[in-house]
Amino acid sequence: MSAASRLQRFGLRGIALFYLTALLVVPVGIIFWKTFEDGIGPPLEAITSPEGLHAFWLTILCVGIAVPLNTIFGVLTALVLVRHKFRGKAVINSLIDLPFAVSPVVIGLALILIWGQDGWFGGFLEDAGFQVIYAVPGMILATIFVSLPFVVREVMPVLQEIGTDQEQAAETLGASPRQTFWKVTLPAIRWGVAYGVVLATARALGEFGAVSVVSGKIGGQTETLPIFVENEYTNFNLAGAYAAAIVLAILALAVLFSMNMLQRRARKSEDSGDDGDETPVTTGVFVPHPIEKEA
Amino acid sequence: MRGISLTWLSVIVLIPLAAVVAKSFEEGPAAFWDAISEPEAWAAIKLTVISSLIIVAINAVMGTLIAWVLVRDEFRGKSIVNSLIDLPFALPTIVAGLTLLALYGADSPIGLEAAYTKAAVVMALLFVTLPFVVRAVQPVLLEVDQEMEEAAASLGAPNHRIFRSILLPNLTPAIIAGCALAFARAIGEFGSLVLLTGNIPFDTQVASVYIFGRIESDNVTGAAAVSVLLLLISVAILFALNLFGRWRSRHERG
Repeated sequence: MSAASRLQRFGLRGIALFYLTALLVVPVGIIFWKTFEDGIGPPLEAITSPEGLHAFWLTILCVGIAVPLNTIFGVLTALVLVRHKFRGKAVINSLIDLPFAVSPVVIGLALILIWGQDGWFGGFLEDAGFQVIYAVPGMILATIFVSLPFVVREVMPVLQEIGTDQEQAAETLGASPRQTFWKVTLPAIRWGVAYGVVLATARALGEFGAVSVVSGKIGGQTETLPIFVENEYTNFNLAGAYAAAIVLAILALAVLFSMNMLQRRARKSEDSGDDGDETPVTTGVFVPHPIEKEA
Repeated sequence: MRGISLTWLSVIVLIPLAAVVAKSFEEGPAAFWDAISEPEAWAAIKLTVISSLIIVAINAVMGTLIAWVLVRDEFRGKSIVNSLIDLPFALPTIVAGLTLLALYGADSPIGLEAAYTKAAVVMALLFVTLPFVVRAVQPVLLEVDQEMEEAAASLGAPNHRIFRSILLPNLTPAIIAGCALAFARAIGEFGSLVLLTGNIPFDTQVASVYIFGRIESDNVTGAAAVSVLLLLISVAILFALNLFGRWRSRHERG
């Protein structure tokens, strides 16, 4: 390599690293520094306050309901979209990505218009004494909405890649559709499912906009951790805001870590598999793939 | 099976979004137009679109550059830098907003008090949209055959020429796709902006924050009209990307 092009290479590396440092590393570093500026006492106190703990458990509840439901839906929908042929399939395939593209606030508004007091369905429910909007059920619906596409999008490419040979073999050998699914299909797509679950969990944990619109932000009742961060900040309780933000940031780092691990394991299990194709199961892309080729 | 998955999608996503569209046109197209062209709404929409265009331009350049460094360059800690790219996706938006506020807010530790300005809007959008172009370009760059570049280099072509004539044409579709996704994300962004921008009407209030304000003050029709505009833009982008992707895969197969 010539000296000039080595210089160019260093220059580009420098620009890239500087940009990432200024944009990502410094801000996220600052928040750690600000949180523990006065020691570990104040943030610990804020996060273990009754409201802080409530926010934490409510977040876990929303995630715990939304992610399993979307996992079942995701695997089912991926199977339908990859293995079945029907009219309007391309349209459905595009519509799955809507939750990625729609503003969180618009999602919140949409849920109010359906499930709110004057909404299409909400009126009946409220007459029956079941409140959705400005209550926990609405927050769960919002969490389901925003985390809906992840499992579908991670499982679809894997299903396309594994093909139907093994499933057909199982069928010929007399396996019922149920057996084929549990013994053949599911083990083959497990890394794709796991990756989708991780991404959906990350999104569900951190969702702010949609959940906040439908929550009414009632302290100690309808606050998830992200909403707790905002409420503490606007009430000038900085220690609380930073402490909750740190908890969320640590969860985010855990997600990044598991993404990395899953990618590595998926690649390894594929390498040891029969076809030596080196394409990784997942691309590491946390973004929708509307460009994915049609099957 | 198809029934279950269609029902789930409809109940969770499609019917609620249809309700927004229905609400915005409840009082006719004239009322819809009035709600959008109302000065405060229009200022918010303009700010949102212009800042989104700015960050798309920056992302196109920086995203491609970062992707190139991550694929073609070798240095210690590269895999850490590579995982760092996904941080803005993993980090909740409200936390992103709070971190930027800690950095650029009152008594900023770096002496740069940019919070509550239009520059802060751009900074926050750059933060949350960083991964799109990088992650779109990276896999394409990995697959590009380097032989053409080597041939050009051995024939004496300067590096910038090789980039422009050989690499860039290969990367353009991915860059466009990444930019479109970044744009779609930017026009709807809410969480990272709500604390950072101060939400000053006619100055730093973006469309999503405007909608939020209208919902809180019970002006649902006004909120729905601007929502539909955002919805139209994002659906148009999804649709265009799909068409573009299909056109390209047909094109490539010949």
